[in-house]
This record gives sequence, structure tokens and C-alpha cells, in this order.
Amino acid sequence: MRIKSHPILGDIPKRKLVKIEVDGRTIEAFEGEPIAAALLAAGIKVFRRTVKRREPRGLFCTIGQCTDCMMTVNGMPNVRTCITPVEEGMEISTQIGRGERS
Amino acid sequence: MDAEVAVVGAGPAGLSASIEAARLGAKIVLIDENGKPGGQLFKQIHKFFGSMEHLAGLRGYDIGNKLWQRAMELKINVMLNTTVFGIFGDKTLGLLTTMGSEILRAQRIILATGGSENTIAFPGWTLPGVMGAGAAQTLINVHRVLPGKRILMVGSGNVGLIVSYQLLQAGAEVVALVEAAPKIGGYRVHAAKIQRAGVPIMVSHTVKRAHGRDYVEAATIVRVDDDLKMIPGTEKTFDVDTICLAVGLTPLSELAWMSGCKFIFVPTLGGHVPIHNEDLETTVEGIYVAGDIAGIEEASIAMEEGRLAGIAAAESLGYAREEATKLKKEIKERVQQLRRGPFGEDRYLAKQRIMKVAPR
Amino acid sequence: MNGEIAPTKAITLEELRNTPGFPSEKRLSLGRVAVIECPEEIPCNPCEFACPKEAIKIGQPITNLPQLIEERCDGCGICIPSCPGLAIFVVDLTYSKTQALVEFPHEFLPLPKDGQEVDATDRHGKVLTKGEVVKVRNPKGYNSTPVISLAVPRRYANEVRGILGGVRIG
Ligand SMILES: Cc1cc2nc3c(=O)[nH]c(=O)nc-3n(C[C@H](O)[C@H](O)[C@H](O)COP(=O)(O)OP(=O)(O)OC[C@H]3O[C@@H](n4cnc5c(N)ncnc54)[C@H](O)[C@@H]3O)c2cc1C
Ligand code: SF4
Ligand code: SF4
Ligand code: FES
Repeated sequence: MRIKSHPILGDIPKRKLVKIEVDGRTIEAFEGEPIAAALLAAGIKVFRRTVKRREPRGLFCTIGQCTDCMMTVNGMPNVRTCITPVEEGMEISTQIGRGERS
Repeated sequence: MDAEVAVVGAGPAGLSASIEAARLGAKIVLIDENGKPGGQLFKQIHKFFGSMEHLAGLRGYDIGNKLWQRAMELKINVMLNTTVFGIFGDKTLGLLTTMGSEILRAQRIILATGGSENTIAFPGWTLPGVMGAGAAQTLINVHRVLPGKRILMVGSGNVGLIVSYQLLQAGAEVVALVEAAPKIGGYRVHAAKIQRAGVPIMVSHTVKRAHGRDYVEAATIVRVDDDLKMIPGTEKTFDVDTICLAVGLTPLSELAWMSGCKFIFVPTLGGHVPIHNEDLETTVEGIYVAGDIAGIEEASIAMEEGRLAGIAAAESLGYAREEATKLKKEIKERVQQLRRGPFGEDRYLAKQRIMKVAPR
Repeated sequence: MNGEIAPTKAITLEELRNTPGFPSEKRLSLGRVAVIECPEEIPCNPCEFACPKEAIKIGQPITNLPQLIEERCDGCGICIPSCPGLAIFVVDLTYSKTQALVEFPHEFLPLPKDGQEVDATDRHGKVLTKGEVVKVRNPKGYNSTPVISLAVPRRYANEVRGILGGVRIG
């Protein structure tokens, strides 16, 4: 959910809207924002599933340290979405395990 | 690349260190892995407590901007988006930039890398929706996205109190704040802000588990006794979609370990702290620490320690010898004032302990 | 949350009266005056620098409790937005025959309008009474800490410290 107005920070700054694809679904995102922020804004919380038990993982640290937020981006697995900026037309998918093709 | 002084971390400590050392004439390279300078400051939207000498009363990001401007006026060489991944041999730093890796040789190093957030484990803690309080803060204040609508905050230090308040400002509901200790850890003025907004602060309580299949849907809290043991039968479960952990910071000290600095364990200051003397020099000659890496404290102190380390490093290179003694004395007096009262006293004593074992 | 286990109490009026930032009964009865609810020795002093009448003293060390020099204070309210603890209020017991004026910082959206009737809350966010917004001030110098002046029945003057609001999604 976007914070459109804010008592201290004012209205949300205008940025360029682009489209990205997440597991086949198209969502809108701001160019340059972290992928993870765009996903949360669209209500998507599960970013990957663990190797063995397929447990869900999502955003945890937002500073690139914990690797919980890794997804497959444009075919590349293990991309930390909390520190990777959105680009027009990105194809993102929930990563299963280490990102081996399923 | 070469530098007289390499400063790692552009938070309040690193910026202040660079400014002082540059002002005295030393040639600085200031490095931060973030794209924005300011460290913790750039996501802090509250007015900072502290002394007016340290720009208190301004909002955190404005303090960061002020320091940044000053650094720019002094034409300090800054490398953002650059991680220091190692320190080797005699003060050689390995840098990872967006272009690749690079080597920086320095005569003095000031480590001002700040702290990292602690976590606690409980059943369900890996579910999406459980996150660090700092993570939530970055989301709401920098990226302008709410992590959820109904939040349980864990931890009543100033970070937990302030981030709760900021979550309210961002439009979320903070359902409760739990604190395992029998009393609120942070300042009562910060607690009062969220109490006035109706947030219940539950001391002697902790989170027992997070519920949900794919993400957090509810949380159970439980009362704990004086030994922090859970008391069966006191559980309470309520709907939340986010659990924020504000359970302390630990000095981010890998680079100090790598450099061979000796450490001391000081719980009051967040754990293992590189041993340092009054001038913030570690057990490795020419390597200094300042700010949260030298013990988790506050921005005012981070700035003063930064200044002190900056001056000491410049002085050791032969700059401003006469001025340095006087400047350092003034700073030490101010720091001593800041470490008073019921919150500062313990930290004062802890710092004394560290300095006692430090080389002169 | 409901249940038997009570949340931690906010600071009480009795505790506050024992701090040097709280004005005397006598001074309160004379009209507009600052009420400083800052009960711990924390390293903080912007309030001291904000007051143009030098009516707040902290001095050295910086951890001293803020002291209100009540005869100097005219209740101008400049100190309210300067305080990072949002711990300073202005109370005017002489506002009208039946009402007192309480002024407090309010950093939430939406801001109420002048003249609006709102729910006035206490130090726990509990609704005590209705209040009338007399004025919302938010000049640039306040740096995004708006100050609300609220008229409430006089007996609530020392209890009302805010209004409902702040929970607002999106
Ligand atoms: C929610 C919250 C509220 C706070 N409120 C207040 C307040 O009101 N008043 C107050 O006085 N204090 C407050 N503080 C504390 C204050 O923010 C910190 O004490 C202060 O920021 C510490 O400064 P620092 O420079 O040591 O570290 P930081 O500000 O953490 O900066 C460290 C910098 O180092 C960089 N870095 C780390 N490792 C590397 C590496 N290997 N390579 C390159 N760069 C690296 C990081 O990117 C970061 O920018 C608050 C803290 C928090 C979390
Ligand atoms: S109300 Fe005005 S005069 Fe009174 S303490 Fe505050 S700033 Fe000073
Ligand atoms: S500015 Fe506010 S929090 Fe700081 S000392 Fe003054 S009253 Fe207390
Ligand atoms: S959330 Fe931790 S690395 Fe991205």
C-alpha cells in the first residue's frame, strides 16, 4: 500500500510509472524504486520459497543483508529485490529453492 | 588510489570525522555503501532529541543534509554506492564499486560503520510480514510503502517507540508494543507519544509465535516473569499482518575484526566493541572507530566521537598540532555531559571500562 | 486489546506535578502557560533555546530536567513544536467561564479544521470529552509540527492531551 499523503513528508513525489510482470501478472511500479517496494505496494508478500521445505520468505531487512527477498529477475535467480531498482518491463518470478528451473 | 585518511561510513560519525579532518588539512576519502549519505539519519523523519550544538530539534534527514553540505563545501572526496569488503595488510582497503573492485591505500582509517539490527527467533518468525523495525522504517519513510495495516511492535527502546510512532504517522495501526523487560526501555517522552495515540505498551510481555500459512495473519503474545520465562496461560492472540522487531543494535564491526583490532564484550553498548582509547584509536595503530561501531549510543555522541577521531587522525599525520589538543578537550567535556542521567550513566561507565584496557 | 493484563500506564498528573516543568496551581489560574511533561533526565535541550522569554532553563549538564520559570512564561506556545519529545503543552484556564484551552502538537493527518468538533483524548488516547478546535497553527517555522488549540470543559484541562486521529490507511 502506498503512503500517498504524509504529515511530515507531504504528498508522495511524482515519479515515472512503469509496468513490470510478476509471476505472469502485470503490476504498476515506480521506475527506480526497489522491486520489493513495488511488490508490497501491490500486496505481494511472498518473494521466494526455501530449498527443502518450500517455506515462504519475504522482505526482512531491506538493506541487502539477509537474502530473504531474493527472486528471479529477467531469468536471473538470487536477485535481492530490496536493493534492486525497478526497470520498465522487468519479468519477476517467485523463486523456488535456489532458483533452479522447475 | 591513496588517501591520508579513509573514512568508512557516511553516517553522522563518518561525516563529522571527515569534516574535522578535512578542515585541519588532511586528505580524505569517505566511503559509504549506500546511495544516500547520512547513515541512519536519512530515514529518520522525527525531530531529534539531543543538544542544540548537535542540531537537535531538526528532523534526522535535515541533520544529515546539513552535515553533507558541509562535507561538500570542504570538497571531500566521497564514494557512495561503494562497499568496503575488506581491510588487508597495512591499511589497504578493498572496495566494491558499481564498476568493479578497487584498492585504496590509506595512512589512517576511521571505521564509522554504525550498527546492525538484532533479531529474535520464535515459531513463525521467518514468515513474510516479520521484519526489522529499521526495515519497516525504510519502507515507510524512504519508499513510501506500508508493510501492513495492523502491526505488532516488539521492543520498547527508543527505536521501537519511534518507529511505532512513525508507523502511525504513515497511516498504519500499531495494535500493541510488547517489551520483555518489566519497564519501558526508551525515553518516556517517546513512549508518551504513542500512548497518547492509544497504543498499548505491554511490559513483561514477549511475542510467542506468529501465525499464518504464507504470511503473518496473527500473533500470540505472552507474559514473562522476571527471568524472562513465559508464563503459561497468559497468552493472547490477535490479528496482525506485520510484526516489527526492535530488539537492539549490535556494532557492525567485521572490518575491525579483519584489521586485527582487539575487542571487549560490553552488553550496555550492544555487544562486542573494538577496544579504543580516549581518542577513539583501536588497538591497531592508526585505525580509529567512531559512532555506533564504538558502542551503540546516539547521534549527538556519534558526531562528537566522529569529530574526535577525525581530529586525532589528522593530528597524528602532523596537522594542526596546537589546535588539536584544545579541540579534543572541548569535545571530551561535551561527550561527558551527554553521558549523564539515568540513561547515559551506564554507558559512561561502560566506556570507562573500555578505555582502561586500551593502549595509551 | 481487551483483557485482564493492563498496559503500562502513561505518566500520571501527580508525577508530573513533582517535576520542575509543571506550573503551579496559582500560575495556571492566571491564564496561558506552558506545561512541560518531560520527567526524565535525558540529554536534550531544544526547548531551552526555543523560548524567546528565557522561561525554560536546563543549563549544564544537559541532562537536567527542564525547569519552567513560570513568571516569565506568557504561554506563547513557541516551545511546543521545538520539542522533539512532543512533551510541551500550553494550558489556559481562563479561556471562558466554563472552558479551558489546551494546545498540543499533532503530527497526524488529516488535520482538523478551525471550529470543528472533535473527540478529545487523554494521555492514553482514551476519549474524555468533546472539544472544539479553536485554531490549527502550522507555519513554516514549526517545521511540520502543527499545533492545535482545543477548547474543552475546564475540568479536563490537565487531562486532555490530544484528539482522536492518526489511524488512517493509505
Ligand atoms: C529509529 C531510530 C531513531 C533514532 N533517533 C535518534 C534521536 O532522536 N536522537 C539521536 O541522537 N539518535 C537517534 N538515533 C540513533 C542514531 O541514529 C545513531 O546513533 C547514529 O546514526 C549512529 O551514527 P553512525 O555514524 O555511527 O552510524 P550510521 O548512522 O548507522 O551510519 C553508518 C554508515 O556506514 C555505512 N557502512 C557500513 N558498513 C559499510 C561498509 N562495509 N562499506 C561502506 N559503508 C558501510 C552504512 O551504509 C551507513 O551509512 C536513532 C536511531 C534509530 C534507528
Ligand atoms: S510558552 Fe512561550 S514563553 Fe512560555 S515557555 Fe514556551 S516559548 Fe517560553
Ligand atoms: S525539548 Fe522536550 S524532550 Fe527535550 S528536554 Fe525540552 S521538554 Fe524535554
Ligand atoms: S530483505 Fe534482506 S536482503 Fe533484501
